[in-house]
Amino acid sequence: MNSIHPFPSPTSTPTGTRASRGLGVVVFLGMVLLTLLGLFFTDEDVVQGSTVRLMYIHVPTAWVAYLAFIVTALTSAMYMWGKQHSLTFDRIAGASAEVGVIFMGLSLVTGSLWGRLTWGTYWQWDPRLTTTAFLFITYVGYLAVRDLGGSHQQRAKRSGVVALLAVLEIPLVHFSVVLWRSLHQKASVLRPNGNVTMDGLMLFTLLFGVGVFTLLFTWMVLHRQRVLALADAIDDGGLEAALQERRNENN
Amino acid sequence: MKRHSTSTWTVARTIASKDLRIEWRSKVLVNQVLPFAAIVMVLFAFALDNDGILQRVAPGLVWLAVLFTSLIIVQRTFAIESADNALDAIKVAGVPSAGVFIGKSVALVAQLLLFECVLVLLALVLYQVHLSWGGVVLLVTVSVLANIGLAAMGALYGGLGAAAKGRETLLPLLLLPAVAPVLIGATRATESAFGVGGASLGEGWPWVALLAVFGALFGFGGTLAFGVLTEE
Repeated sequence: MNSIHPFPSPTSTPTGTRASRGLGVVVFLGMVLLTLLGLFFTDEDVVQGSTVRLMYIHVPTAWVAYLAFIVTALTSAMYMWGKQHSLTFDRIAGASAEVGVIFMGLSLVTGSLWGRLTWGTYWQWDPRLTTTAFLFITYVGYLAVRDLGGSHQQRAKRSGVVALLAVLEIPLVHFSVVLWRSLHQKASVLRPNGNVTMDGLMLFTLLFGVGVFTLLFTWMVLHRQRVLALADAIDDGGLEAALQERRNENN
Repeated sequence: MKRHSTSTWTVARTIASKDLRIEWRSKVLVNQVLPFAAIVMVLFAFALDNDGILQRVAPGLVWLAVLFTSLIIVQRTFAIESADNALDAIKVAGVPSAGVFIGKSVALVAQLLLFECVLVLLALVLYQVHLSWGGVVLLVTVSVLANIGLAAMGALYGGLGAAAKGRETLLPLLLLPAVAPVLIGATRATESAFGVGGASLGEGWPWVALLAVFGALFGFGGTLAFGVLTEE
């Protein structure tokens, strides 16, 4: 069987470039340093004890999750309103949403572990928490829409519309949950004092974590986007190859 | 600007009356979906097993039953389109997709209204809630506005599922989180209408504003987005 490969072999189009590999190394070293800072160099919190160390993971993951969804919304808008309808924007939107869903899941898990230790409960019907959970489900739905099949342009248009609808949905969900809670709030759980002052190294660790996780997000989206581009190319190429094969049969 | 030979409103009217006529003649809604809604209300009573609690949570149960039923109605309204590839035929005919969306939504609003009447009557009988005339006015307003939001979102995501043939399982995942504000707003307003938990009628009306904003936003957004979502 003479199969044709109109797309380059995987080895000639790697998903990494010198720049993105360099970024990967920086992210790795940053993570090692963050682990050392978070687990060993920083002190325990006066009120929360070692529980506070969860914050060095929780805050950056929540930040990355929200950043990811902003990127998805922006790149979806750029796809929809761009003259070219460039699929690169669509793939960045998809890659960013995938990474966002993972980080939102991590942020919900670390958050509820922290809540159990600090508030005494895994879950609180707090507007921010509830909205985050909704965002998580909404973007799981968004990823399912991306999987519906059809042409690449069709996928991009559908998921673009769903991403933009989500931008409308989320503030409404948040607003209605705030209204709902303002009527039904029960002050039953232990809440730490809001005016927590952080010591210098703790604050640095937190901000450093946010920075490193942002770089990790960039690195992941960069690579994932390239993988998605290769997958699209295989789709296109696969169809071409199949057509060519049928043409050859007739000769 | 390109002029359509058929205006959006004519298409909307035709689609809505066609959908309602099909339901009127086939009786699928009355014979199959209505009994489902009724059994859900009975099952809630089995699950909660306490008259006091039932009365307290009746508004939430009514609206949960509406949401579950709306999933079936939305699926049904697009099943009649995809059965003979009617949706494709409509697209090929070149009629404005905004008209299709509005027509589908209007038919859904009417059907949901019928179900809400029955579900509220069931709540009055089975859960022993009380309804004053002022409550009726509030409840009708809430139902109409909530239905606009539910129907717009249902038509939008139902259309997406129908266009991507055989992927109707996606509907609950997309629809339910999106209509959470409707559930919250409608339930709170209905609590006031039923007067449960000491809620007064006046407390219900602010929620009407939330439902109106939701309905307007997604009614308008859906009109713009429907064509793109159902495109082949």
